Amino acid sequence: MSGRCEGRRVLVTGGARGQGRNHAVRFAREGADVAVLDIAAAEMETVAYPLGSRAELEETAELVAAEGGRAAALVADIRSLAEMEAAVGQAAEAFGGLDILVVNAGICTFGELATMSAETWGTMIDVNLTGAFNTVRAAVPHMYGSEAGRVVATSSMAGRAGWENIGHYAAAKWGLIGMVKSLALELAPRGITANVVCPSSVDTRMMKNEASYKLFRPDLENPTLEDALPAFQSVNVLPVPYAETDDISDTVLFLASEQARYITGATLSAAIGVNAKNI
Amino acid sequence: MPRFEGKVALVTGAGRGQGRSHAVRFAAEGADLVLSDRCADLGTVPYGLASATDLEETVASVEAAGGRAVAMEADVRDTAALGRVVAAGIEAFGGIDIVVANAGIAGVSTIAAMSDEEWQNMIDINLGGVFKTLRAVAGHMAERGSGRIVATSSVVGRVGAPNIGHYVAAKWGVIGLVKSLALELAEHGVTVNAVCPTSVDTAMIQNEAFRELFLPDQSSYTMADVEGAFTELNPIPIPWVQPDDISDTVLFLASDEARMITGEAVPVALGWNARTAA
Repeated sequence: MSGRCEGRRVLVTGGARGQGRNHAVRFAREGADVAVLDIAAAEMETVAYPLGSRAELEETAELVAAEGGRAAALVADIRSLAEMEAAVGQAAEAFGGLDILVVNAGICTFGELATMSAETWGTMIDVNLTGAFNTVRAAVPHMYGSEAGRVVATSSMAGRAGWENIGHYAAAKWGLIGMVKSLALELAPRGITANVVCPSSVDTRMMKNEASYKLFRPDLENPTLEDALPAFQSVNVLPVPYAETDDISDTVLFLASEQARYITGATLSAAIGVNAKNI
Repeated sequence: MPRFEGKVALVTGAGRGQGRSHAVRFAAEGADLVLSDRCADLGTVPYGLASATDLEETVASVEAAGGRAVAMEADVRDTAALGRVVAAGIEAFGGIDIVVANAGIAGVSTIAAMSDEEWQNMIDINLGGVFKTLRAVAGHMAERGSGRIVATSSVVGRVGAPNIGHYVAAKWGVIGLVKSLALELAEHGVTVNAVCPTSVDTAMIQNEAFRELFLPDQSSYTMADVEGAFTELNPIPIPWVQPDDISDTVLFLASDEARMITGEAVPVALGWNARTAA
């Protein structure tokens, strides 16, 4: 399947590591030029784990280049439309336009809605929903000239259902689906598709951190990954604790490929079967 | 290496249209095929169904693409006939890795004017036939601890649509069936998914009944005359997709790339689904 993305110009947000890094490298492996964007900040208010760093972002760009693709590392906070327009414009200029936009950047925090601080709520909506809008707003105009324009946004199974302790995350991820379906309708006449991938748990820092272990094993004082694995698995239908980043990349690359040219406004759950219990 | 090297795929409704396309595409990517079709017309279906000659042509196309093929006439309402198809496939190739429950019919009627027979044939074939096909392989796949099942639903398996209420009901049912079987087979390493096409350029829509539905005031016309009406259904402004476009998604769902996808209904629907919750 090599070369599916030959010559395509790709932008991946949240590209410093995790799913975003993997998508970037996989696109490059199939022939694409890839710009990766991340906040490159050690921390963000309310978020209990470190965010993608500049060093990690540059490492992703090196991995992209090692696959033979042109690479660009962009630093911007997706909460700022001005920063996004500047960074994305820089990538679009370097590549001569954009074909594929992967709206991947996101955070996860925990808390019950009844006691959630305004800051926890606000940061979540600003990053995971408004950040996705800012990304689309900054990048899509650069895709109008593309012959194979594709937007793929990362939502979640929490974007199709309610979930305790992540009500703000669920609200943002539901909102993202509404935005992408609307975007799909607006872009359909231009031949650009817009779709959503909905993962369940994925083997990244968003899952593998102490706050996450504690959420899944509230019965333990200091739960480890090993303690949390059975609880992770209990959420899923196929008997695994989480998908690999490569599994999500498989679906993202499919949606970005020529083979998915007539799929738009869809939510594709690469979700270990959690979706089988849903609509 | 081809994605389906050494795999065996069973396709129902393989005489022509989408079924033929799936079969040939699997063969082109290395698979051997077990093929079935009813190979006869049916009273309540307002267009001719695939013939024995059509099924033979599919076999020839599969072989030309580099695959081996076993083909049998079987009506998906007939449990015994489906059992024979599965048995023949296992005997010829040693097992069945992939099943595409594709066989189906269309009809046109408001619910108020629909005959018992129109309703019953639709439910028996488009829902019952999928159930019987899936049941015929579920045990075999569970026993082997692996398998990929893809059933053909429709974009109208997630919404209401006038004049095809029986088809809509059956296609909603297929999704419920697929999601439930996905839950039952997950521990056995079998994934079960549905593909939900919009209009596809096959005999199912290229017939007088559909032309009449879209242009009731004209006495004669060609498909070109109804392109506009079909296009209005789809945000991506083309009237229909080709069987090959559906095969792209069916093969993806049957591939290793989709190993974490089960119980899912994937619309290949030119964006029709963008206006819905699905």
